[in-house]
Parts: sequence; structure tokens; C-alpha cells
Amino acid sequence: MPGYAERVKVFGIYIQGGPIGVVVATGGIRRVIEFRAVTKRFEDGTIAVDELDLTVEAGTITVFVGPSGCGKTTSLRMVNRMIDPTSGTILVDGKDVLTVDPPTLRRGIGYVIQQAGLFPHRTVLDNVATVPLLSGWDKRKARTRAAELLEIVGLDPAFGKRYPAQLSGGQQQRVGVARALAADPPVLLMDEPFSAVDPVVREDLQNELLRLQAELDKTIVFVTHDIDEALKLGERVAVFQTGGHLAQYAKPAELLSAPANDFVASFVGRDRGYRTLTFLHADVPVHPVTTARLGERVTITDWTLVVDEQNRPKGWLSGVDGEVEVAEKDLISGGSLYDGTTLRGALDAALSSPSALGVVVDDAGAVTGVVQAADVIQALAKARAAGEVPK
Amino acid sequence: MTWIFENWERFWEVTEVHLRLSVVPVVIGFVLSIPLGWWASRSQTARAILFPFANILFTIPSIALIVITPVLIGVKILDEINVIVPLVVYTVALMVRAVADALAAVPGNVVAAANAMGFRPLRRFLTVDFPLALPVTIAGLRVATVSNISMVSVGALVGLGGYGQLFTEGYQTDNTDKVLAGLIGTVVLAVLADGLLLLIGRLLTPWARVGR
Repeated sequence: MPGYAERVKVFGIYIQGGPIGVVVATGGIRRVIEFRAVTKRFEDGTIAVDELDLTVEAGTITVFVGPSGCGKTTSLRMVNRMIDPTSGTILVDGKDVLTVDPPTLRRGIGYVIQQAGLFPHRTVLDNVATVPLLSGWDKRKARTRAAELLEIVGLDPAFGKRYPAQLSGGQQQRVGVARALAADPPVLLMDEPFSAVDPVVREDLQNELLRLQAELDKTIVFVTHDIDEALKLGERVAVFQTGGHLAQYAKPAELLSAPANDFVASFVGRDRGYRTLTFLHADVPVHPVTTARLGERVTITDWTLVVDEQNRPKGWLSGVDGEVEVAEKDLISGGSLYDGTTLRGALDAALSSPSALGVVVDDAGAVTGVVQAADVIQALAKARAAGEVPK
Repeated sequence: MTWIFENWERFWEVTEVHLRLSVVPVVIGFVLSIPLGWWASRSQTARAILFPFANILFTIPSIALIVITPVLIGVKILDEINVIVPLVVYTVALMVRAVADALAAVPGNVVAAANAMGFRPLRRFLTVDFPLALPVTIAGLRVATVSNISMVSVGALVGLGGYGQLFTEGYQTDNTDKVLAGLIGTVVLAVLADGLLLLIGRLLTPWARVGR
């Protein structure tokens, strides 16, 4: 099997995920969590997990995704023995989990639960300090560590003195993540952690997790029923099918471009062609655009992009005859902005713009030019011809 | 009222007895109901046995239970045990359900989180489940305490009963003032005990009243 490259630049196109035929020399990959022929049959006879063989590699975010009743949460909970398998073996770092006493095993594995599951009767700081205290750290050291973690997950340490009920759902979930990280476990299990917060907060939390992971390099198993969340967070995604079968275990781009069966194809959803673009990072030609500032007197001939003093886009101007003074009230609001990262962003910017020109911005948010949908499609065609789109 | 001031020493004496006869059973009954309630909160079988049994115990009239206890346990008729035992029974009957309900109401994801963090069962019970069950438990304890304070008086029938003795004596000697004194004492004691438990509950569960 060819090696996997996380992000390999080929002909100016970045492809994240997917076997791309480039062998990257790596040493022996440490396999951190291994499921070997793991089956879980509950007392009532239902099979929650059926002969699961899967290896979660060290330092990756691996997402278990699937509809309810597919065995994804059961699989997760077998790692720290909250559920024991009926048959098969689970190895964490080569060691059979069934040989370790559950409380000891669990203190070495971080766990983030749905809706945070914070202890309502303990302050935020003491919640975070839970595992260090259980492991016998002294109170002062545990609290100092807890305060550090609040900062790491982006919370003001002043929150430490509050009780969980005094925090918003998103803040509680950050505390949940901090609590799981407190004893610095190499493995982190996350059980639908962001399912109970609103979409905007969820996106924040997802970005925060990706930022944290870039720094911490944990082995993370993340369970969700949300395929978009899975594709966004997962370096590897395991799609579970009802009845506890593993339908496909692949990188996100591969799931989108080459679903293993009809179940995966339908679970991944209708827009998968479009969503594949999320994983393509291409150089799309950027064209110049006519800009004007508010209050300026200009002659409008074509679509004109109105910008502020810092050159940040305000909106479009069109369809006025002759020389006009650029006024806020005449602006037609623009579409999404393209920050030069993925083809999806480029195409969306072009498609959502009233002028059909996608506004390209730099890191400071200043306009650098525009992209056109046709150019994006062409970049995609080139990538496909070059074999850079996973088949 | 005048009876109380004129017979302060005697009033204080029955108050002490009344307090002891009501508080001791509450404490013993509460301690007994914790493991029983825990068992009931975890096992369907335990619930099926304990709850109907507790209900039956509670329907036995207090007079009957107090009169029959000396016969059953064979101690001297004037021993305080004869009042304490029936009241322990009532307290357990009341508290076993309160403790079971309180423990069952601890949020499932909090319990799961505690397990996932690596709590061992006893530590989890003492530092997570039980503290979280305190608000409901203390509400039950207030009911049990007040009901015990009122029931102690029935003990007068076997010669013990704190304020209850003021009732029987006052009735026999046609002394309304003495009966009234017992009544006032009971009410004041009940209100004070209830208030004290409320206060203790608040001090123990500051987290239960924080809002967003």
C-alpha cells in the first residue's frame, strides 16, 4: 500500500488526505489503539459492534461516524472499559485493556462526554483538577495545572471560581475538554462532545479542537453522528453502519470521492462532489477588480467593489449611470469571501457573489482580487487530469 | 403562656427529652436509609421490596407502633428505646424513598463522566453522587424531622414523650395552659429544626442556587 501523506504539494495543488501514490518515508508507525475482531453483544441479544478491526494511529484525530445504533459510541466506550467487549481484543499502546483495572486505565485516557457532564457541585477549577486529584497530586499543584488548562482551551482563568451552571453551553464544553486534558493523557476519547451546542458555537469549538490538536498531538477518537463534523475534524474517518459494521475507514477526501458502498455514499450525502472541493487546495487565477471607496465620486461602468479605508470589502455597486458618489445605501451586499485556502471556498465565493466574481482577501481581510467559477472548475479539471483527485 | 414561665425548669426538662427523642431517631434513621436508598436507586428488585414495605410501615398508626414496641423488643416500658425504635422505623420508611429518588435524579452524563475520569465506586458515591443528591435528601429530611417532632408526643402513652406528657397531664388536671405550653413547645421546636436544616442545606449546596 502506498504511504500516506498528510498534505503534499503537487503542482501547486494541495491535497489533504487520500492515498496519492507518493511514498513518504516514515518510520514504523506506532499504532496506539487497535481493535482486533471486537464484538459486543448486549444481554438482549442485539449486536452493537460486529467483528471490528480497526487501528487508530498515534497523533491523529480519528472520527467514528454513523447513524444512531451503529455501535460508534459502544466502540469508543470499550477503549476505556466503560463497556467490555463480548469477544476480541482492544490494545492501547500494545497493551490489552482488559488486563488493566478500569479506574487506573481511565485516569490515563481523557474523556469528553456529551453536554460536558461537568460536576455541578464543583467549581470550574475543581472540575478541571478532577483527574490529577484522583491520581494523587496535591491540591495546589492540581489547581495550578487546572488554571493553565483553562487558558489553553481559551477560557479566562477567572471562570475557575464559578460553578458550571454559571457558564454557557459552549464554555462548559471547553471546561469539559480542559478536564479531559488535565492529566496530559496521550489518548483522548470524545463522545459527541459538540452535539448539544448551537451551530455557531459548535464551529468555534471544532476550530479550537483543531488548533489544540496542532499543539498537543494527542491520539483522539471522536464520535459524532454529523458527517460534516466528521469530515472537518477527522484525519481518518470510520463510517459505521447499523448493526455495528464498519462500512469504510478512510481519509475524508476518499470517503467523498470513493465511497465503499451505497450506505456510505448516501450517508456522506448529496453534495459530496461539491464537498470534495473542501479537500483541494489549488492555485486559482486571481483577477484584478475595479474598486472604489465610500464617498468617492466615480464613473461606474461595470461591477465595482466598494472597500473601506483598510481596503476591506463593503459591497458591490452596479447599474448606475454616469458619475456617482459612492454611498452606503446603494451597495449590494457581497457573498462569501475566499481566503485562498480551499477550492470549495473559491467556488462558493464566486457563486454567492452578486457579480459572479468571488472576492479574494488576504489574512488582514483586505481585497487582493477576484476569482471566477469557471477558473475553479478548470483548476479542478486540471487536478483530475493530473490524478490528484482521489478516485 | 404563664405556665411556661412559672414552670421554666420543668418546661426545659421536657423540651430536652422531646428534642432527644425526635433527633436521635432522625439521625439513626437517616444513616440507615443511605445504604438502603442507594440499593433501591440501583436495583429494581430492591425497589420492589423496599418501597411497598416502607409504605406499609408508614401506614401503621403511631400509637399502635409505640404501644406494641416494648412487647416486641422486650425492654422495660419506660425505656426511651420504646419511642426511638418506632420513630427510626418511620424515618427510614420516609427517607429510603427520598434518598433513592435523590440518587436516581443525579444526571446520567455526570455519573458517566465520573466513571470515565476514573473514580472508584465508594469515592464516586461520597464525592459525586451523594453531594448531588443532597438538595432532595435534605428536603426529605426536613419532612422526617418535623413529622418526628410532632409524633414524639404520642410516646406519652407509654410514659415518655416530652411535650406529650404536658398534654396528658394537662388533660387529666384540666389545665389548658399546660396543654397550650406543650403545643407551643412542639411548634417552636419544629420551626427551629426545619429552619436549621434549611440553613445547613444551603451551606452545603451553594452550587444549587447559582443562576446564569
